[in-house]
Amino acid sequence: MRFGTEIVLLGLFAFAALVAAGFGADEPFRQHMWVLFFVLAGFTAILLRNTDFKPVAAIDPSAYMDGPIRYGAIATVFWGVVGMLVGVIIALQLAYPDLDIQPWFNFGRLRPLHTSGVVFAFGGNALLCTSMYVVQRTCRARLFGGNLGWFVFWGYQLFIVMAATGYLLGITESREYAEPEWYVDLWLTIVWVAYLILFLGTILKRKEPHIYVANWFYLSFIVTIAMLHVVNNLSMPASFLGSKSYSAFSGVQDALTQWWYGHNAVGFFLTAGFLGMMYYFVPKQVNRPVYSYRLSIIHFWALIFLYIWAGPHHLHYTALPDWAQTLGMVFSVMLWMPSWGGMINGLMTLSGAWDKIRTDPIVRMMVAAIAFYGMSTFEGPMMSIKAVNSLSHYTDWTVGHVHSGALGWVGLISFGAIYYMVPKLWNRQRLYSLRLVTWHFWLATLGIVVYAAVMWVSGIMQGLMWREYDEQGFLVYSFAETVAAMHPYYVMRAAGGAMYLAGALIMAWNVTMTILGYQREEQPLPGSKPAFQPAE
Amino acid sequence: MDYNLMREFADSWGLLVMALFFIGCIGFAFRPGGRTHADRAAQIPLEDD
Repeated sequence: MRFGTEIVLLGLFAFAALVAAGFGADEPFRQHMWVLFFVLAGFTAILLRNTDFKPVAAIDPSAYMDGPIRYGAIATVFWGVVGMLVGVIIALQLAYPDLDIQPWFNFGRLRPLHTSGVVFAFGGNALLCTSMYVVQRTCRARLFGGNLGWFVFWGYQLFIVMAATGYLLGITESREYAEPEWYVDLWLTIVWVAYLILFLGTILKRKEPHIYVANWFYLSFIVTIAMLHVVNNLSMPASFLGSKSYSAFSGVQDALTQWWYGHNAVGFFLTAGFLGMMYYFVPKQVNRPVYSYRLSIIHFWALIFLYIWAGPHHLHYTALPDWAQTLGMVFSVMLWMPSWGGMINGLMTLSGAWDKIRTDPIVRMMVAAIAFYGMSTFEGPMMSIKAVNSLSHYTDWTVGHVHSGALGWVGLISFGAIYYMVPKLWNRQRLYSLRLVTWHFWLATLGIVVYAAVMWVSGIMQGLMWREYDEQGFLVYSFAETVAAMHPYYVMRAAGGAMYLAGALIMAWNVTMTILGYQREEQPLPGSKPAFQPAE
Repeated sequence: MDYNLMREFADSWGLLVMALFFIGCIGFAFRPGGRTHADRAAQIPLEDD
């Protein structure tokens, strides 16, 4: 029977969720378990409708397993649009506080929905599907473990749904980028270990003797996130049927654990994993090998040796010991070198094919992503210097920095990978429309520029207003005055975000039409075909 | 094993081992014959499809 084990297990877990919904210790937990029950019961029903007793067709063990990757590409686009939409909504809430809808859609609950939505749902699905795509093609081996790839995909979607609904119900661990409570964390741990087994297993059965550098980056991302997730979420639940838990650490140790996690989530989730993407998809789209393979190896080791120490720069001028703050600052500044080494390696892959920036909008998108990687990894070390940080910390400058990295680097390189993969995954000759990719590129790039520039101005203004004294030593501005001064910038920021969202919607349309098999009739892009000179 | 012991280990032997490992990685990348190996490895993604 197809899906036999899956149906039985899902049914059992649905029943367990129903029991937990009945006996839960607090109201949010009971509501959350109702959500889980309906999700699992719905899934069981879908599987029951699709099962049959015909013998299962034999699987060709030499063919790549692309099913979970196709689903992952769709999930990436879907969660990207959702996460960016929530971002625009909370940007508008900051500008117009009347938009706060209590209690489910207030800023405090929507903000983690946005961050987790774009980082873990959009970025995570992009990493999941591209890593499965890359590891099979560079190892020349089918994904390990039969249906394990499907478990990782669906298990991760369940984590996203549980995290997102938990935030809206007011369930939070209040650890930044790790807000889900203990039971959701446990589920993610199971899924992540399965992901590690899936990835490592595929590498172990590879037919290519050498492990290509992209896989090193992906593997370091998977291993490090496992370690960070487990340590940062060590906590004791107040009740095993309740939504509240208490951290294993207290005081400054807790804060440092949180930012050791938080910064390495940036370093290994949003950087190392996406560098793996860069080292595969840029050479593929340009059709040239990476500029220097040996530089990529040094890039890898230098990045992972340095990144892990940079977290304390989030705690400058706090109760954290001075030596730890200085350590964080020094390692952050040193990180500049591997980051720029990687950026140069990515950009120089185009050497001899620079014309493709003009003629191929996907290459243009990837190059812009690498450029934003370079810019934000210059800005980050600069902001980690204590003197700069005393002005920038807690201001919108930090928000602008994060978004130039997230929208510019993570977003654009993921879009590029999706545009590359989708026609190949569905055996289409080309994308529905390349002109729409150009539209997406310009909307996204202009959106980022508006966003980052506005946040620089408002952040530096905010920092300067906070620290301005009069001649008698009194602060010149009250906090509310600084908030009022930022209103115009908040409106402009929302406009920048809306442009970026509009680009993502164009991508969703383009990808949908490509999957459905349409090709838009359009003029080829200028320069994409060689223009012949008339004979003289 | 208390904090001070771990701290002392971290900034002596631990630091040395990690620094040596890191230098070893770079040395390995630049070993004689490393270039041909690297050039072949760089072609891996392009040989597919």
